[in-house]
Amino acid sequence: MEHILNVKNLHVSYGVVPALRNISFHVDEGEIVALIGPNGAGKTTALHTISGLLKPKEGFILYEGRDISGIEAHKLVKESISQVPEGRGIFPILTVAENINLGAYLRKDKDGIRRDKEWVYNIFPRLKERMNQVGGTLSGGEQQMLAIARALMARPRLLLLDEPSMGLAPVIVEDIFKIIKKINKENGTTILLVEQNAQMALTASHRAYVIEVGEIVNEGCSKELKKDDRIQKAYLGI
Amino acid sequence: MGKEKAVKQKKFSLNSLPAYSKMVLMPVLVLALIAAPAVITNKYMLHIIILCSMYSCLALSLNMVIGWSGQFSLGHVTFYGMGAYLSTLLVRSLGINFFLATLTAMVIVGIFSALLCMPTLKLRGDYIALVTLGFGEVFRLFISNAVAITRGPMGIPNIPPPSIFGFEISGKTAYYYFVLILLICFTIFMVRFDNSGFGMSMMAVNEDDIAATSLGINPVKFKLWGFVMGGVMAALMGSFYSVYMGMIGPSSFDYGESIKMVSMVVLGGQGSIAGSILGAFLLAALPEALRAFSDYRMVIYGAAMVIMMIFRPEGIYGRNKRTRNLYKIKAMRGEKHGEGTAG
Repeated sequence: MEHILNVKNLHVSYGVVPALRNISFHVDEGEIVALIGPNGAGKTTALHTISGLLKPKEGFILYEGRDISGIEAHKLVKESISQVPEGRGIFPILTVAENINLGAYLRKDKDGIRRDKEWVYNIFPRLKERMNQVGGTLSGGEQQMLAIARALMARPRLLLLDEPSMGLAPVIVEDIFKIIKKINKENGTTILLVEQNAQMALTASHRAYVIEVGEIVNEGCSKELKKDDRIQKAYLGI
Repeated sequence: MGKEKAVKQKKFSLNSLPAYSKMVLMPVLVLALIAAPAVITNKYMLHIIILCSMYSCLALSLNMVIGWSGQFSLGHVTFYGMGAYLSTLLVRSLGINFFLATLTAMVIVGIFSALLCMPTLKLRGDYIALVTLGFGEVFRLFISNAVAITRGPMGIPNIPPPSIFGFEISGKTAYYYFVLILLICFTIFMVRFDNSGFGMSMMAVNEDDIAATSLGINPVKFKLWGFVMGGVMAALMGSFYSVYMGMIGPSSFDYGESIKMVSMVVLGGQGSIAGSILGAFLLAALPEALRAFSDYRMVIYGAAMVIMMIFRPEGIYGRNKRTRNLYKIKAMRGEKHGEGTAG
């Protein structure tokens, strides 16, 4: 079976400092896959390399069988890969509605955009209530929702989520992950998410990879990883 | 996207009170501006108003670079001066019409500003300021020393007044109308630009370029366009300056001019159209009003900048105020659109 995303022997470094060493993982169509690991392990680096913000030193990133490692970041959106940037990169001076409109930046099909807008507002009723509010005045959770909603407007087949739980209250984190699961289930969107919150990530995802200091140290089905002794000690605090 | 928005705006203006008041206010304002030379008979006053309007246009052009595309340029005088010199030299050497020469100069400056923008694309904040500051100095040194082309420090005197359809533009009143037309065109252009999808994308790149990239917006493209549009607009004003003053020289295009323009933009408010005009009028008229203290002009500029940075970093009519005003309108438009979708 062909993977929608297949990362092979990826090496990435910042100048001379290696950040990722020989990382390989894959994501199948319709899956939620999590990359978990501590601070500075290289999770975000991996995501940025996939989305084209960083260039790999070695290795391939195959998306639907094609190598995308050389493609510029803004062109990847056309290939239906969308990234939700870390720290909710929304535009604080634009309204919620404008932020969402910008998500459809590359699309021309007006009817489709309208339908997707309705769909997005359906998933995030909170955003509909706050449609006319300036993005900067939303709460942290709402901003994260807005960032996800905006990314969905590009109609991605592969959605890259960078630390959706960052700086949010536990209740909100749960909400966000419920929505992530819902998007995956209803729309069949494949999701690759990077998380420090291993508990949530392992609950929501189908499979997970554990990255430590630039290398993958463990991988497998999320349910089994959750029971793994070492992971329980290191990440779940049990 | 832009077309759709313009249509919506029209619809909106028919149904709302603020737009009505605008519709009444605008003609009154325009009439007042047209009638101004009849009332203001003092040539010196008119001269100051012309200068203020000219600087308003320059501040708008620089605001395009600083406020919209987010590149803090300290070398805007390069494009302003290039416009002045190029159009003058084209008229002198080829004998072509002033307006044709201006257009040619604008095109050349546009290409040149794109080339100059390239090395600064990867830079941020202070570094852009330093590199652009360098441009300005290189330009000033070039025109001071390339005596064979620019006559160096002697400058180019006796620039002939431009003529259009056999009518020669000379005298303060004619130049007043000339600059008024330019200012109105610039303002309309900036308002339309600000409300267009293009303007919004540029604002998005300015706000957060990674987020913009993640939506498929090419940040390089918009930064380049911001720089080029600002440069071309400044070149047009340089061309105006050369015929209005009748002579140009390196001293008209030194570092101080760049600083003056930056002060206007910062004082008025980055990313604000009304702010740029306000800032330009304040900073261009104030030194004339305070002629007696002309030695302290730079001190006044400096103090104004420091005080602004401390108490109102967004400018007199800055983005904070602007967002509230503008986005109320935009939000209502959004709501309308939302209703349309539901129904």
